[in-house]
Amino acid sequence: MNAPEPTSEFLGRFELRIPGRPDSVAVARLTVAAIANRLPFSVEAIEDLKLAVAEACTICITQAAGSEAIDITCDASSDRLIIAVRDGRYRDRPEVGKHPPVVAVEGEGLGIFLIQALMDKLEYNVDPHAGTELVMTKRVGA
Amino acid sequence: MDIKVHVRESDDDAFVVELGGEIDVYTSPKVKDAITELIDQGHYNLVINLEKVRYIDSTGLGVLIGGLKRVREHGGTVNLVCTNPQIKKIFDITGLVKIFGIFDDESSAKKALA
Repeated sequence: MNAPEPTSEFLGRFELRIPGRPDSVAVARLTVAAIANRLPFSVEAIEDLKLAVAEACTICITQAAGSEAIDITCDASSDRLIIAVRDGRYRDRPEVGKHPPVVAVEGEGLGIFLIQALMDKLEYNVDPHAGTELVMTKRVGA
Repeated sequence: MDIKVHVRESDDDAFVVELGGEIDVYTSPKVKDAITELIDQGHYNLVINLEKVRYIDSTGLGVLIGGLKRVREHGGTVNLVCTNPQIKKIFDITGLVKIFGIFDDESSAKKALA
């Protein structure tokens, strides 16, 4: 994960590990909302963050065969929140278009599309050994 | 985390699925079961009321899309009732506003089924 730019004040790192199970996603969502609430985000931006982190966790859960842990790291700065969601499983980098995926496959691909649409920046880091990491940035006031 | 699913038949023969709470990867199977059961019983014109839904993610959207696809195979449709701005925004971003009828109140959604 990239460190915040020098102009922004780093406020702290929050780390959360959840079981890779559907019933854990709400915990991730609510935790991120609580962290985002410490920054001057609008209510709408906090809702966007909740959905984005939930979608990232859901990708880990639905594409993984087992129930491996999911690690979530939130780097809070005065002007942004950077959230990394990672698991130990290697996945191909998805192609994310500017338009919603064709709605012929019951929502498949909508998750990553939503993350891209709601966040200011999205990085998808894949490593055959370390697994997959999705890094999302939301700027305050953007 | 909770989801409430209430199915009822209205006076004008439409079936209404009233949902409340949060629809995500954990709770969406319950919503899917309710919609699937109605379709299996031969009800192809549905109103899904999302007025009491506080949150929906892509798995919830997937369930709605799946239901719509199934009823359309039988000439039916699914109309949604949605007033939550955040949820409306999600339908807008994903382009689902173009495939679902989305209404501000249940009576309009039911009227549009006819």
